This record gives sequence, structure tokens and C-alpha cells, in this order.
Amino acid sequence: MTDVSTTTEPTKDGKTIELLSFLVSGQDYCVDIMSVREIRGSARATPLPHSPAYIRGVINLRGAVLPIMDLSARLDLQSATDTSRNVIIVVSTHDRTVGLMVDAVSDILALPESKLQSPPEMPSDEGRAFISALTIVDDRMIRVLDLSAILPTANEDAA
Amino acid sequence: MTMQVLAVDDSRTMRDMLRLALTGAGIEAHLAEDGMHGLERLDELPPPDAIITDINMPRMDGFGFIDAVRGRETLRAVPILVLTTESAAELKARARAAGATGWIVKPFDPESLVRALRMVAG
Amino acid sequence: MTDPMAEIRASFFVECEELLEVLLDGLQSMEDGLADSETINVVFRAVHSIKGGAGAFGLDALVAFAHRFETALDELRSGRLVADGEVLRLFFTGSDILADLVRDSRDGNPTDDALVAPVRADLEALAATTAVPEADTGVIDFQPMALALDLDLDAPPPPQADAPVWQIRFRPEPGLYESGNEPLFLIRALRDLGALTVRCHDDAVPGLEAMANPEAGHIWWTLQLETTEGEAAIREVFDFVDGLCQLDIEVAPGGLDLPDLPQPEPTSAPEPEAAPALAAPPDGGAATAPKPASTPPGEADPRAAAATPAPRATVRVDLERIDRLVNLVGEIVINQAMLSQSVEAAGIPPNSPVRSGLEEFLQLTRDIQESVMMIRAQPVKSLFQRMARIVRETSAATGKEVRLRTEGENTEVDKTVIERLADPLTHMIRNAVDHGLEANDAREAHGKPREGTVSLRAMHRSGRIVIEIADDGSGIDRSRVLDKAIRQGLISADSQLSDTEIDNLLFLPGFSTADAVSNLSGRGVGMDVVRTAIQALGGRVSIASTRGKGTSFTISLPLTLAVLDGMVVRVAGETIVIPLSAILETLALGRDDVRSFGPSTHVVGIRDRFLPLLDLGAELGFRAPLEDYADQIVLLVGQEDGSPAAMVVDAIDDQRQVVIKGLHESYGRVPGIAAATILGDGQIALILDPIDLVSRAHGCTRRPPVASDRIANVQTGRDT
Repeated sequence: MTDVSTTTEPTKDGKTIELLSFLVSGQDYCVDIMSVREIRGSARATPLPHSPAYIRGVINLRGAVLPIMDLSARLDLQSATDTSRNVIIVVSTHDRTVGLMVDAVSDILALPESKLQSPPEMPSDEGRAFISALTIVDDRMIRVLDLSAILPTANEDAA
Repeated sequence: MTMQVLAVDDSRTMRDMLRLALTGAGIEAHLAEDGMHGLERLDELPPPDAIITDINMPRMDGFGFIDAVRGRETLRAVPILVLTTESAAELKARARAAGATGWIVKPFDPESLVRALRMVAG
Repeated sequence: MTDPMAEIRASFFVECEELLEVLLDGLQSMEDGLADSETINVVFRAVHSIKGGAGAFGLDALVAFAHRFETALDELRSGRLVADGEVLRLFFTGSDILADLVRDSRDGNPTDDALVAPVRADLEALAATTAVPEADTGVIDFQPMALALDLDLDAPPPPQADAPVWQIRFRPEPGLYESGNEPLFLIRALRDLGALTVRCHDDAVPGLEAMANPEAGHIWWTLQLETTEGEAAIREVFDFVDGLCQLDIEVAPGGLDLPDLPQPEPTSAPEPEAAPALAAPPDGGAATAPKPASTPPGEADPRAAAATPAPRATVRVDLERIDRLVNLVGEIVINQAMLSQSVEAAGIPPNSPVRSGLEEFLQLTRDIQESVMMIRAQPVKSLFQRMARIVRETSAATGKEVRLRTEGENTEVDKTVIERLADPLTHMIRNAVDHGLEANDAREAHGKPREGTVSLRAMHRSGRIVIEIADDGSGIDRSRVLDKAIRQGLISADSQLSDTEIDNLLFLPGFSTADAVSNLSGRGVGMDVVRTAIQALGGRVSIASTRGKGTSFTISLPLTLAVLDGMVVRVAGETIVIPLSAILETLALGRDDVRSFGPSTHVVGIRDRFLPLLDLGAELGFRAPLEDYADQIVLLVGQEDGSPAAMVVDAIDDQRQVVIKGLHESYGRVPGIAAATILGDGQIALILDPIDLVSRAHGCTRRPPVASDRIANVQTGRDT
């Protein structure tokens, strides 16, 4: 890349990444804002038989069938979530669209990519597989979700 | 001024190829599906700079079409190229006897098509 | 934008399918005794057009075969060959191979030359027996002009520092102008080859008063061309006017020295000297009578015109756009249902303008929906033609003479339905020839015509399409079927079955009636696969047979896959849609109808038959089994083996058409669920796949299943 103008760059060495941060069972998580399609209030989901526990079911998103994933169940966090207060973040990766059920949306963060660090190796922690990076904002540790890992593959749910 | 060419072929694929080759060379392409349709198009259009026609077509074949075109006062001098899969001398002779100006052997590449057009229509 | 050539290529293969259909139609007409010249021409043109397009895309195998085919057809066209039985059979086979080559070329698969070569050789031999010896028959005379030119460019002289100078004398004859050629353009083309000097000779131009024929051409040129391109390239320029001019081309003796051209102009072509005004026709004006080209002008040759009617105007549309439209109409239907519900909830009286307006809107929507569905509809003709091929092949493989009768080829069905019918129909047609029909000798012995008949009919009947496959063979040997089913342990030895029930045994998985497993119908693939495929399309298949007279299968299908007639039921507080086509009967259970069976199962006794009882709420994992099923509503649904199962639901809400929304794309496969739909309240409801559900059912109706909550992702099994 040619360094034509540096005025908009916060640092010399990298791009800025925008992240949408949110709360899941009291923990801070975020996703790349480029993958977020919309944020909407919770709706009653139609349950799918024989689906994994973290799949709440499907809702009607303007005529499309949208699967809803309970993120705290997916991440194996204590799921004492009050469904009425929940928010759904509609995300797309690899042509799949899914609604992530979270407690609340917190903020939009703009960070240089250099501020993201790889998560440490934690062999006993299964949930770690879903985190692609970590960062610290205002003394809070924010986990960047690995969306492609979190979305079940078509094979996975074919019972 | 953009060169105007009427291309007549009953095969949709060939028409598509002709259109692509012609428009790619900056030539405006008018298309017709057979001789009859070609004559109808000629009624609607100002005389084109050149005509390209297939021989074997339903309703009115290429020979009949050339014949009819040459019979029209305003179209007598329009160059007509015949599309043929056979390069047989006999077919060329027939095409010429019918009043064709030249011929293009199918499959053609866009370059040879345009070159042939330039040879008859500038 | 996508690559335009790739697009044309794709549309070429679509056109090929149409041409193949035309080809088969034409051959069929010939077989029916209609071998007139126009039919032959149509057939010829179809193969010719396939060859032409294939050449453009460098599909050599296809070109080579089409060329052989075309040559043989040309013999027919010229009258040197007569389309009798043997010849026609070869042409039909040729069409089949051509179709294979087209599809393999399209899909990028190699075509087995072992299949192609013998037919190609037969076609070649056919042409050779009749063809007048011609210089280049049999050889593929198929050289793109430009390629030939390029070769010439490369071949002769290696590039030299000083190019040779060619001297060209070019004297047009009247015919040159009459054919529409123009010397100016030829001179320009020469200029493109190298440095050109032009000298125009107007000494032969008569005075105006003496110019009897302005088109005669009185001007001639000498040209000097300095080029490395070689003589062939120069002659190529004059290709079109070969024989219409005097042309001498030779290497100029003195190189650039031009003694006989006193004032050579630098390089540019002498545009004004080309005298286009003389070459062009005198627009009407001249007193001299211009020679008419030949036959009178104006409209077409009436003979040619009468031959075929103009094709109906059509528009080609990307299937995706249509599907989008289908989806949008689906949205309207859903929205309308929601609107109706709100209107009702608002307590607006039935005869109010709002209600009647809504009613009209409803009707319009239904019409639009139907029209949109019709866009996706196609005649079953292409499918029937594929079946004709299967009959030919099976007939050849079994040595049975078979005639295929088709009816209702123009019946239109959804494109996807047609595509997905191909496999089951193929199987049924093979079965009909292989197992249904007797050998020719046996037929004669029974006083039947030697040639067997398989008939294929399509028709619309009460909002569904019905396809019937019938043979005039020996019919089902019921005692043998029964024996076999008992021997295979499919039914108990003392079973008392009606004729229909025995016939339906054919649909049992793995059941095969032929004693020897034929290599045609395949091992292990039976009518159960056919039934499953048809049920997957929301259809049903039934069987009827008369001993000694034949067997017929009747397939009944919905017209489209986008909507479905469903029964809306409630189970454990959830709304579920069950395809109407799967429901045989609904009834309320009496206390005495339910009997306990195994430790955790019940059966239902209905008209002296015991059917397994399934609790839909428990099967879906929505709740524990009810234990007590008295007064519950059950739906009798067909199982895979055709025998019904009784499915318990909490309530039946409604019976209506629903728009099918795929679940697979957005989520994945859900066991027992076919798809989803959106109800009037905007909620998603699941559409049940009863066959799949029943086949996976645990059947537990008395105590909670092993893992009662759906969270545990119950692994269901057939056994309890």
C-alpha cells in the first residue's frame, strides 16, 4: 500500500477495524461490524425439533427464515438470560445468516488492528475455539467472536 | 458514424456470437432469426452498411433472402456476407450467384468477421 | 459483469436442448410417415446448428459427431437415401449420442468414445454407401478463415529486414460491383498489410454520354505493396472478388524502384480516386436500366413462407428472477393472510367495503400467484422424449420390440418437478419394458400383438398433474408377489391381503419381482425408491394391474413446489403444517381404539387393523407422551411401506394453502421436517415431512422417552 495520506490513520502500521461490542451473560464480546446486518428486538422463535440447545428456533425476518442462536448457551456461559430483554444481532458469514441472541449491545469500537492480540492457548476451555482475538478497551477485556466457528455447519446439524 | 450491420441467423447462439463480435468492434448489430424476419427488419431500419446471413434457415433461407434484398432498389449495393460452415467452392459459387458479396466460414472469430466486413463495407 | 462468452456458451447449451427436441420431433414425424422435405430440412438444420455452435466453442468431439450426422442427413435431404426403419433407428440412436455429447460437453465430462465411435462409424458408412464421390466428404472441412490466414502468415517467408515489393494489377469486372463489392475497401485492406502505393487508371472511362452502364466499372489500378505477408495474404484480400476481376500479383522486379509509376504518392490510399460514386448504384435516377438482381423484389418466396409458422415470441429470463417473483408473490399471500386476520380482529362486519375489497384482493392475488407459477411451468415433452430414449435403449437391451405411445406432451408442470421426475420415471419405464412386457414370442403365443406397447400420458386433473405409465404386458402375478414377500419375511405367512394390498407390496424397500436381477433395472433399487422420490415432490403413486392385460402406475403431483395444501394443526402449543397429500384420514380416538402394545407403545385398532400410534408432540421432542390417548385426534398418514400410521395431534386448526420456505438453506436439515412457512400472524410454522418423521419415530407413547427434552438432541431410532 502506498502511504498517500496518513491523516485518517490512527497509527502508521495498520488498518482500523470497527467492532460491535455486546454483553453475553455479563461478559464483553464483539464481532466485526462488517458482518452485522441488523440489530433487532427479540421475537418469539418457533422451536426446531432435535436441534442443539443453543438454537432457539427460527423467526420470520421479512419473509426469510432466520435461525436464532442463544449465544450464552453456545459459549457455555451461565444462561440465566431474561428472554424479554434480549437483543438479536443478525450476522452473515459465508452466505449464512443467523441471529445471535445477546443480553445487550454496548458500543461500536474503532481500533487499529494492531491492538488485537491472539488469545492464549487454553486447552481445557472449549469455548476458546470461538474467540479469534482479544483486546482491552477501558480496562475491560473484549473477546472477538470467531463467527465462522460459531455457526454450525450444515453437516453438524443434520441429525 | 457507427457501422450498422444486419445479421440473420436462425441459431440463437450464432446470433449472440455475432452480436458480441460486432458490438465488440464498435459496430451496431441488428439481428434477425430468418430470411423473412431479416426482410422485416430491413423494412424498419435505414439501409445497413452490410448484411450477414446464414444460408440454411426456416421460412426463408439465405439464398432467398439475398435474392429479395438484391431485388430492393435501395439495397442493391449493400454488401452481403454469407455465413457458411462449408468452405466448399460450390457453396461459394452459389452464394455469389445469389448475389452475395463475400462469405465467412463458421466458426468465425470476431477478428476475421470484422476483417471480412471491412473488406466489403469499409 | 459475467464473461459474455461464458453466457453465450450457457445459452448455446440451452439452445442445443431445444434443437435436440426439434430433432427428435422431426424423426418422430418421419417414423409416423411424414418424411416431407421440410421435415427433413428441419432435422438437418437442428444438427447443423448444433455443429455450428459447437465449432465456435471448440467442442471437437461434438463437432466431429454432428458433422457425420449432418452428412448422413444431407443424403436424406438430397434424396439419395430413404428414411426407412433401419435408417431411422440409426438416426434416433444418433440423436441420443448427440444429446450425450451435448450434455457431456456442457458439464465438462468426457464422453465414452466406446459408445460414440460405433454410431459415428455407422453414420459414416450410411453416408458413404450413397454419397456421390466428392472430393472432401468424410473429412471435416471446417477451417476457420482467420486461422487459415494466420497459418499463412506464419508459414512462408521468415521476417526480413527489407520486405519484398509486390506489384498488383487489379481490374474489376462488372460482376464485382454487382455483388456489392467495393474496390476502395479492398485497397484499404491491402494498405493494412504494408506500405502501399496506388495508381488509378481512368483511361478506360468513357465520356459521360457514352457511359451506358455506370456499374460496368471502367477504372483499374496498379498497386505496389511492400509487405512480408506473402502472396497468400494478398490473395486473401481478393478472395471475395476471385473471378470477378483481372488480378495479377507478382514480385516487383526492381524493389522499391517504380519506373512505370512516375509520381508515386507516399503511402495513403487514394480515397478520392476510388470513385465510389461510380461503383455505387445511381440511386434511382439514371435513365439507364439497372440490371435487376434476379427474381422480383419485395416479399418472400411464398413457397418458403408457407412452410412453417412463425415461432411464438418468447423472452428468456434468468430463473433466479422468476424465483424472486415467486417468493414475492408468496410474501403477498402471507401479508394478505395477516391483513385478513387483523380485519377480522378489528371486528369489521362481513359486508363492509373493507371486507369485500379484501375479498377481491384475495382473488387477484390468487390469479397472480397462478400466473407466476405458470412462468416456471414447462411442457412435459422434454421429459417424455427422454423416456422415449429409455424405451429404445431398454428395448435394444432386452430384445423386446416395444412401441411407446405418448399423450399430453404439452401438459405443463413446474420445471423443478419435471427435473426431479426424470429418475423415477426412467426407473418405471425400464421396469415396464423389462418386467412388465412379455418376450415377443410369448406375446404371440398369448394372441397378443408381437410388439409390446408402453404408454405414457400426462394430464391435469383437479389442480394436480397426473402422469400414467402403462404397459400391455402380463400384469402382476399376485401369487408370486405374495410368495416372495412371505419368503423375504416382509409379511407374515398367514397374511390376508387384498389385491391392491398385494400390488402395493411392490413398493416395499428391496422388493423385486423379476426372478433374475436384470442389469437394466438394477439391483436393490426398487419401486420404493420411486415412491420416495415422488413423495418428496408432494406426490402419490398408485398401481393397478389386470392379469394378462397389463399394469399401470399413476403418479399424481402438485403443479408447483412453491405452495402446498396443508392441514394446520397444533401440537404442544406449536403450530405445525402437515401436507394434505400425506393424510389419508382424520379421526377422533375412542377409549377402546387404543391398546397398549409393547412396554412403551400403543397401537390403534381401526377397521380390524392395528396401526402404530405416534405422538407427534413427543416425536418432535416438544413434550412428554400423553400416556392417555382417549378422545385425542389422530391423522392417518402413509408410511414408507404404504401402510398407515396413526399420528396424534392436539387440535386441527385449519386447512389451507401455504407458501413453502426452505429451511435447509438457512439452517440445515431438520429430521422429520420438510420446510417452513409463514402464517397469517407472521410466525413461522414448520411443515412436517410425515414419511421421514414416521420412519424415524421412536413410537414412545407411554413413558417419557429416554431423553425427553429436545435440548439433548435425541438420537431417535426405529426400535424402542
